[in-house]
Amino acid sequence: MIDLRLIPDGGLSWLDASGPMSNIVLSTRVRLARNLAGFPFAVRGGEEDRRRILDQVDRVWQRSPLSKGGMRFLVDDLEPADRLLLHERHLISKELASAGGNGGGKSHAAVYLAGPLGLMVNEEDHLRLQVFHSGFALGAAYADLERLDKELGAALPVAFHQEFGYLTACPTNAGTGLRASVLIHLPGLVLTKEIAKVLQGLSQVGLTFRGLYGEGSEVVGNFFQLSNQTTLGKSEEELLDHLGKIVRQVVTYEEQARQVLLRDAPTIIEDKVWRAYALLRYARSLSFEEAMNLLSGVRLGVGLNLIPQLSVYTLNKLLIYTQPAHLAALDVRAPKDQEQRAARAAYVRTVLEDEAARAG
Amino acid sequence: MLCENCGERQAAIHLTQIVNNSVTQLHLCEQCAAEKGVETSASVAKFPLGDFLASLGKTAGGGGAEQGDTPGVACAFCGGTLQDFRETGRLGCAMCYTTFETHLRDLLRRLHGSSRHAGEQYTAAAPAPAAAPAADRGSREVGELREQLRQAVEAENFELAAELRDKLKVLE
Repeated sequence: MIDLRLIPDGGLSWLDASGPMSNIVLSTRVRLARNLAGFPFAVRGGEEDRRRILDQVDRVWQRSPLSKGGMRFLVDDLEPADRLLLHERHLISKELASAGGNGGGKSHAAVYLAGPLGLMVNEEDHLRLQVFHSGFALGAAYADLERLDKELGAALPVAFHQEFGYLTACPTNAGTGLRASVLIHLPGLVLTKEIAKVLQGLSQVGLTFRGLYGEGSEVVGNFFQLSNQTTLGKSEEELLDHLGKIVRQVVTYEEQARQVLLRDAPTIIEDKVWRAYALLRYARSLSFEEAMNLLSGVRLGVGLNLIPQLSVYTLNKLLIYTQPAHLAALDVRAPKDQEQRAARAAYVRTVLEDEAARAG
Repeated sequence: MLCENCGERQAAIHLTQIVNNSVTQLHLCEQCAAEKGVETSASVAKFPLGDFLASLGKTAGGGGAEQGDTPGVACAFCGGTLQDFRETGRLGCAMCYTTFETHLRDLLRRLHGSSRHAGEQYTAAAPAPAAAPAADRGSREVGELREQLRQAVEAENFELAAELRDKLKVLE
């Protein structure tokens, strides 16, 4: 089992709720997809290609001032439980978490972490650069990422086409290779049943939404990831600017929806958020989905100042630590489903009791 | 209504753009729209990757005038074919973008509404490895010249700009 305390900030500094609008926008993630020139892409690459790619990246990373204080995980060396743990922290993709290597042999997949920056090697593309920031911070996040991109690009030959831009294994990522996403909590729009309209509108303006874990994941706890759909034909700044404008608009709609709820149904809302809090505080068995939904209710209560003295940071932490691999890591014996629910409820109770005691 | 670009054919694509809060409308015929790399959002939504991949190869059989347009052609660098792409949804290597250029330009337009990269230009890493495909080196040189040209125009050094433009013409 890896010691996650060794990761700077546990790779979780983005959850500290210090960023702008962090009550509604939990985090901002930006990633760039890059491939090295002279190597086949992942689907046609062999073990030797993957080894050489990792070798080249490794040398550049070791020399980089950006890697200071950072660390590296070789996916081949990680236990399945540890891979899942990193995935639950959004540090590696689902693909890497279940990587066996294409065409047999070692995957030579790796993840490098340093502060808010992350670099996945030998994923769907040779390189996936990513950065996480707390709250709504597209500009700051991209500025960090651009430094890493420039540094890697200066030392490694990257596959680039004059017309099509950066070349990626899947044409949906070609051009800038940039996918920016914000993790946003929209209970007001869900409760006022306005959410379908908002989500429909997104596709008309070239954006898309996903669940908590990105592509192919379901929406739980009213958490949505909004991101750009297209990556080609617009500059990085235009893509970020466009996403930023729409997110700001969605946040405004969400705030309006919350005000409507408070105005038209104050008792119902107050009852709903306190019931959610009470269940989390005293329940003896919680499924992941139930915990997510209750956390959503409590988060709404904190946002509306109905539940005082509970920090957004604590809520963010609960979001991460109540996931299956994190519970398993707390408790060395791999819990069965039943035991896991009990362990989840126990963990949530302890955290909320501590917070209540601190608040006096 | 006639196309605003050529003024000859009927406008079939009506594009409403909002740039810096001002609305502009553009009426184009299909040819001009395609030349400008414009796709309507409706057509973007109608042709997701899956549908396009399923139709790949079925429509391209006939003429096959250009290399790479016929489904059987394999990429010289990685050996990947359009059939492979159709099955996996992933391209084999950077060279595939050149080998299947016509198909990919079409696909990229449908996916993104444009096939022309408008973002950061990659400036080459110092030592390019011997294995890099030749086409890549050429395109990199073009990229460097374009950047020099841009800088020359910015600095109002038009003499140098003209020289660079001529060099670019030869390369392209």
